[in-house]
Amino acid sequence: MSVNRAQRVDLEVVAGLIPARSRVLDVGSGDGLLLELLQATKQVDGRGLELSQRGVNECVARGLSVIQGNADTDLEFYPDKGFDFVVLSQTLQATRNPKLVLDELLRIGNRAIVSFPNFGHWRVRLSLFVKGRMPVTKDLPYSWYDTPNIHFCTIRDFVNLVEELGATVERATALDANGQKIGLSMPWWFWNFFGQQAVFLLKR
Amino acid sequence: MAAPRPGKTNNEIDAPSSPVLRFGADKPLKLDAGTLLSPFQIAYQTYGTLNDARSNAILVCHALTGDQHVASTNPVTGKPGWWEALIGPGRIIDTNRFFVICSNVLGGCLGSTGPASTNPATGKPYGLDLPIITIRDMVRAQLMLVDHFGIEKLFCVLGGSMGGMQVLEWASTCPERVFSALPIATGARHSSQNIAFHEVGRQAVMADPDWHGGKYFEHGKRPEKGLAVARMAAHITYLSEAALHRKFGRNLQDRDALTFGFDADFQIESYLRHQGMTFVDRFDANSYLYMTRSMDYFDLAADHGGRLADAFAGTKTRFCLVSFTSDWLFPTEESRSIVHALNAAGASVSFVEIDTDRGHDAFLLEEPELFAAINGFIGSAARARGLSA
Repeated sequence: MSVNRAQRVDLEVVAGLIPARSRVLDVGSGDGLLLELLQATKQVDGRGLELSQRGVNECVARGLSVIQGNADTDLEFYPDKGFDFVVLSQTLQATRNPKLVLDELLRIGNRAIVSFPNFGHWRVRLSLFVKGRMPVTKDLPYSWYDTPNIHFCTIRDFVNLVEELGATVERATALDANGQKIGLSMPWWFWNFFGQQAVFLLKR
Repeated sequence: MAAPRPGKTNNEIDAPSSPVLRFGADKPLKLDAGTLLSPFQIAYQTYGTLNDARSNAILVCHALTGDQHVASTNPVTGKPGWWEALIGPGRIIDTNRFFVICSNVLGGCLGSTGPASTNPATGKPYGLDLPIITIRDMVRAQLMLVDHFGIEKLFCVLGGSMGGMQVLEWASTCPERVFSALPIATGARHSSQNIAFHEVGRQAVMADPDWHGGKYFEHGKRPEKGLAVARMAAHITYLSEAALHRKFGRNLQDRDALTFGFDADFQIESYLRHQGMTFVDRFDANSYLYMTRSMDYFDLAADHGGRLADAFAGTKTRFCLVSFTSDWLFPTEESRSIVHALNAAGASVSFVEIDTDRGHDAFLLEEPELFAAINGFIGSAARARGLSA
């Protein structure tokens, strides 16, 4: 997990996009928070893929269907359209090849849900602009040399990649620093500036 | 009846203390070897009570040298059941809640038909006249036992090592009969290295002059030395270098200095000799040949055109696989390849790798993480199956 548990307001948004009894694969399922939420509230058929063995063992001990694996290398083993939804929450920026991973998500799931921290947020911009240092914030608490987050992007960057992969954005939500949704009527530049996290529902 | 056979297992072979299900000429078993086995018998133990819906049955599959005495005192050794830490009243697999079945595998030596059993055609022990038994043959025989209990769908099939192979075979050949499957420290095929170790063991047995081409009972003998050596070699593969070093190091056995001879100077030598000696007391040498062969022949992918995922196509069974970091007999990669095949088949699968230095045998030990995984998996499967706590 690359983001504090207390900050996971995005999970509520993700859960809101998933209808009851869907087949869901959670890539980077961490401590199983989202899977547990989805099973309890949506009775989904949920599976998880998680890098950390300790996270996996804890999930399985709690009765969740989770395997140890790497989003960069293990998604190829899943069949085309095997799931209604494939979720990648707060993990894209920690993958080695985000484009390939996103491509795989769109292949495996009828829909993909991706949430990530927005590197275009004004605090990040301010940190670089004023301090000239890589930003370390409440959401992104790592120093540049020990961060697992090796591929940050902004909301605009992400939208470009989605277009490049031939996918469409069905829904998008940006959350501000307080975890509040930013109004739908706002333009992309506004989201990119004030959105601290973004959640996208994609289809191809 | 054949003449008494030497060794402590004698009383447990044709008429064991366990309940026995006998299949006569009307119910032959068609073996992978191409022949019919008839008559034959299966010895088994059960624990707990089958519920009215017959939905709470758990089948435990034992490993190479295991037996049906999974949760009760072994009649040959007098020791507790081999998985008593896991299975029993109030345990993780709670026999107040579940009906647990464990049968001696076909080819075994504790009451199910095996090479030590009396061949009805000759009145003598089968010896090598028994056809080669495969993992699938073992499962076929277990299926007949499960049918006997009128159980349509087993709640769970679990086992480690060779037992895990049986679990995979069950899930592959009769997926509609298996609600959940828990293969531990196992593989979908026996590796070249594993076949190599088994061959060493078999050659040790066969090189013993007391083996007599497999007809040792007729000579009033048993190839104890050969079987002990086989067990010693195999036992090393069940442990790990780190665990051996931790337990024994280069410690000397009951002496202060090297003797400059070939006595068991080192504790590890003494330990292995003891393991070999106690094993021959409780196990039949020919049965050891048959058991090892069954594992060597196991290759689930080969049975499905070389694609392991096809062995599980369309399965609705819930899987949980477990491996151990220091297991060099069935390394984690073996489990991972099964997981990938199950992913490709769209199956529900959990996979836990447990960090331990106790090697392959860790599955038989009280390993808290193993028990936690089994507890979580069984618990959620039971909720899905509608079994009350």
